[in-house]
Amino acid sequence: MADQKIAAYVCQGCGLGERLDTKALAQIAKTDGKAHLVREHAFLCNADGVATIQKDIEEGVTHIAIAACSRRAKTEAFYFPAVAMSRANLREGVIWVRPIGDEHQETTQEMAQDYVRMACAEAKKLVQPEGSTTAERNNTVLVVGGGITGMTAALEASKTGYQVVLVEKTGQLGGWAGQLWKRVAFKEPFADPADTGVEAMIAAIQTDKNIKVYLNATIAKTDGAPGRFMIDIATESGSVSQEHVGAIVQASGFTLYDMEKLPELGGGKSPHVVDQAGLEVLAKRAAGGAIKRADGSEVKTVVFVQCAGQRDETGKHLSYCSGTCCNTSIKQAMYFKDQNPDVDTVVIYDDLRTPGNGEDFYRSAQRKGVTFTKGKVSSVEANGSGLKVVFNDLILGDQNATIDTDLVVLATGQVPNSGVNIDPSKLETETEAAAEFKQISILNLNYRQGPDVPQLKQGFVDSHFICFPYESRRTGIYPAGPVRRPMDIAQAMEDATGATMKAIQAIENAAVGRAAHPRSGDLSFPIVRIEGCTQCKRCTVECPFGAIDENEKGYPVFNESRCRRCGTCMGACPVRVISFENYSVDSVGSQIKAVDIPDEFQEKPRILILACENDAYPALDMAGMNRNTYSAYVRVIPVRCLGSVNLIWVTDALNSGYDGVMMMGCKHGDNYQCHFVKGSEIASQRLSKIDDTLKSLNLEPERVQNFEVAIADIERVPQLINDYAAKIQEIGMSPFKF
Amino acid sequence: MSDLNAQAVAKYRNNFLKEVEACVEEGDWVKMCIQCGVCSGSCPFGPDWEHPPQELFMMIRAGKREEVLTSSSMWMCTSCYNCIVRCPREIPITHIMHGLANYAHRLGLAPKNQPTRHFSALFWNNIIKTGRVNELKLSLGLYFRDGFVSGIKVGLTMASVGLGMVMAKRLNPIELLKPHGCKDTKGIHAMLKKAREIEDRRKGLTAA
Repeated sequence: MADQKIAAYVCQGCGLGERLDTKALAQIAKTDGKAHLVREHAFLCNADGVATIQKDIEEGVTHIAIAACSRRAKTEAFYFPAVAMSRANLREGVIWVRPIGDEHQETTQEMAQDYVRMACAEAKKLVQPEGSTTAERNNTVLVVGGGITGMTAALEASKTGYQVVLVEKTGQLGGWAGQLWKRVAFKEPFADPADTGVEAMIAAIQTDKNIKVYLNATIAKTDGAPGRFMIDIATESGSVSQEHVGAIVQASGFTLYDMEKLPELGGGKSPHVVDQAGLEVLAKRAAGGAIKRADGSEVKTVVFVQCAGQRDETGKHLSYCSGTCCNTSIKQAMYFKDQNPDVDTVVIYDDLRTPGNGEDFYRSAQRKGVTFTKGKVSSVEANGSGLKVVFNDLILGDQNATIDTDLVVLATGQVPNSGVNIDPSKLETETEAAAEFKQISILNLNYRQGPDVPQLKQGFVDSHFICFPYESRRTGIYPAGPVRRPMDIAQAMEDATGATMKAIQAIENAAVGRAAHPRSGDLSFPIVRIEGCTQCKRCTVECPFGAIDENEKGYPVFNESRCRRCGTCMGACPVRVISFENYSVDSVGSQIKAVDIPDEFQEKPRILILACENDAYPALDMAGMNRNTYSAYVRVIPVRCLGSVNLIWVTDALNSGYDGVMMMGCKHGDNYQCHFVKGSEIASQRLSKIDDTLKSLNLEPERVQNFEVAIADIERVPQLINDYAAKIQEIGMSPFKF
Repeated sequence: MSDLNAQAVAKYRNNFLKEVEACVEEGDWVKMCIQCGVCSGSCPFGPDWEHPPQELFMMIRAGKREEVLTSSSMWMCTSCYNCIVRCPREIPITHIMHGLANYAHRLGLAPKNQPTRHFSALFWNNIIKTGRVNELKLSLGLYFRDGFVSGIKVGLTMASVGLGMVMAKRLNPIELLKPHGCKDTKGIHAMLKKAREIEDRRKGLTAA
C-alpha cells in the first residue's frame, strides 16, 4: 500500500537501554523493518514519549511498531485508536527472561532484534478495524421461561429500562416455585419455611409496561444474531407472532428426575411414595393443616430418602448432586413438625449438603425434632397400608435397618430443560426417556449447527464455568437458573440477574459491532474472500459458537454479532480466505518470515512458539516478571486462540529453517479452560494430522509439539521451553536452513 | 425389670429420644448431633469404647433403648472434655455421657460389675451416710470388691502403706469403728431426700 507510513519506536526505559544495544535495534527497524521513521526514547510510556508518538501520528504516520514492553503492559499509555499498532516485547519477552552477562549478550541481542523485525513486519499487515457495518440496535430482551429465574430476569431488565418479551410454556407464570407451599428460609434467622413470593412477582410483571408476556407459548423459531434476533412465538391456539429482540435469556429451568426409574425405592409403585413435587402438592392441599396421604389418611410418620437416583456410580441414574434437595427435604420435614411435633420425620441421608445458610436451617430442623439418619436406602416396600423402608445404617453398621412409615418422599434431582442435545456423543446417560426428552427444542435456533445451545455431558448448557459462567456457546443467548447448573431459588434469582446484565451487554455490544467476551470491545470481525472459497464447510462446522451459517450454495455466511473473534475459522480454512483486519494468516506469517535464521553452522536453533494470548502468553510474561529465564532461541508470537493457528504457519516455519515449533494452548477436554471452548481441542486435532506433512519433509515428529499451559504455569513454562530447546539440540539442526 | 424401668418404658413406649430428652442431663442436645464423628475421633479412649458418643447418639435416635442403657461405653468417659471443646455443634457431650450413665444406674440397667459404676456407688453410699467421705472405709470397700480372700490379700500388700499413713497421722484406724460426721447429719439426709424428690418429680418417675 502506497499510503502506509510506518514508524518504529525503541524504548530505553526499564533497563532496556542498559541491557540492549538500542541503537542497533533502531538500525534494524530501519533496514530490515523498512520503517519510514525510527525513534529511540529514554522512557517511551511517559508523557513526553506518548506525545512524541501522538505528534508523529498527526503528521501522517499510519502504522506504528513499539519496541518496549509486552503488549499486555502500558495499554493505557500506548492507546492510539487511529492507527494500527504492533508491539515488540523486549522487556518481559527478552531482558527479563535472559540472564545478565557477557556470554549471554549476543543471543539476547539477537532475540531483541528479531522481535523488532517481527513487530515491523506485523505492523505493515494490520488495518485498524472500524467495526461491523451490519450492527443493529434492539433494546428488547427475550426471556424464555416464566419461572422464578425468568421472572427475575424480566423484572431486572425492565428496571434497567429495557423492553422484555417473556414466553412461558404453561398457562401461568411461577414455574416450579409457583407449585411450592413454602420455600426454604432465605432470611435471618433461617429457621422456618418462608412464603415463595411468587404472587408478588407475578403481579409486578403484570403491571410492568416494559414486559410483554406470552402464556401457553413456545419458541417456534429463532433466527438472526445478537441485536437482530427474529423470534417466532407459537401459542397453543395455533397463532404465531413474531418479535424482534436484541438478546435472549434462556430460563427454561429443570424437570425432576423421573421417580418411575427408581422402582426399588417404590417410585411409581405405591401412591404413598412421592417425589418432592408430590409432597408439595400434598402440603398445598393441607394448606397448613395436617398433611394427608393420597388415600386421605393423616400422615403420622414420614421418611425422606436423599440422593434418590443421584450421585449414582452405576451409570443408571444422575451422576451429580443437585445441591438443593437436602434443604428441600429439611423444609418439607418442617411442614410436618410445624403442624404437629408428634409426627415422626426421618431424613435418611448419605452426605447432608446444605449450601448457603442451610446450616442454620438444618440446625433449626434438628431443634424441631426432625431425625437425621446417615444411611443408604436399599428398598421401599409395601407393608399393610403403610411402607417399610430398608436401609443400610452407615453409623451403626446395620445393613438391614428398617423403618415403618406412612409416606416416603424421594429426593430426586434436577434434570435441565436444555433442549435438543446437538452433540449426541457427549451425553453421559442416554436412557430412552432422556433421548425422547432431548427431542424437543427450546429455542429452535435456525443455526447451521443445531436448534439449541450446546450442552455438557450431564445435559446442562455449556459455559466457560470459571471465567464466563453466563456465556453459552451462542453469543447473545444467556442461560440462567437450573438449566445452567442445579440450583435453588436464591441462587436462581442471582443467576437471573447476572444473565440479564450479560444480555444487556450483548445488546450494547451488538449495537456498535463490538465483540463479547473474551475479546470484549474488539471491533474486528472475520472477512471472507468469498471468490476463493471452496465450500469445504470446515469453518461452519468448527466454529465453536455457531456463528457461521451456510447459504443455499454452501458458501459460509458470517453473522458478525454472533462471532467471538477467536479466529478458529481462520485456522480451519485450507485456502486461507478468512482473515481479520488486525489479525490474519499474513500478519502472523510475515512475522514468522521476518525472523533472521542463522545458518546451520552457527549452531543457533530457532524455535517458534505460538502462544495463546489468554493463558500461555500471560504466563510467559509473568515468568519474565519473576525473572524465570529461558532459552534465547525461542521467538514467541501471541495468537488469539490455538484454534486460529493455520497449519500453513507451521509448514512455513519449518520450510524457512526453524528447528522446532511449540504450540501453547489451554487445557481441553471435559474440564477445558480454553476461552473459546473448542479452540485448543481443534488445534490438537489438526496437529495430530501434521505427522504426514513432517514425514514428507523428512523431519522428525518432535519438531512440532503441542503443550497445554495454564495461566499459573509461571515456573513450568520456562522449564518446558528449556527442555524443548535441549531436545532440539539433541535432534540437531533443521536441514531447511538456507 | 425394676419399677423405675417399667415406668419409663410405659411412659415413653418406643420413643427413646424423648425419654432421653426428659430424663438424662443435657439429653435435649442429642437431637442436634450431625454425625460428623469429631467426638469419637477426639476421645482418648475412643478405640476402647464399644460405642463412641456419635454412635450412642445415633442409637438413641434409632430407639435402641436396651443397648444404650446396658452399655458400658458411657462409663468409660474420663471427663477430659476434648469432645465438648471440638464439637462443631457445641453439644455438651461429656455431660451427656455422665447423664446417660446416671440414668442407666437409676433404672438398674447399667452393667453390674462395671468398675466405674462400682466405685461411684461405693463413693455415693459412703458420703451420704455422714456427709463426709470416710477414706478408710472407701478404700477397704474397694479392696473387698472381689470377695473376702482377695480383699485380705490386697490389704496385706497395702499394709505397709497403711502403717506409714497411720504414723504420719494421715489415717486414723478408729474411723473404722466410729466415723466422724458433719455437724448436722440429719440435715444432710433431709436435703438429699428433698433433692431426690425434686429430681423424680422433674423426670416424672417415682422411686418405689
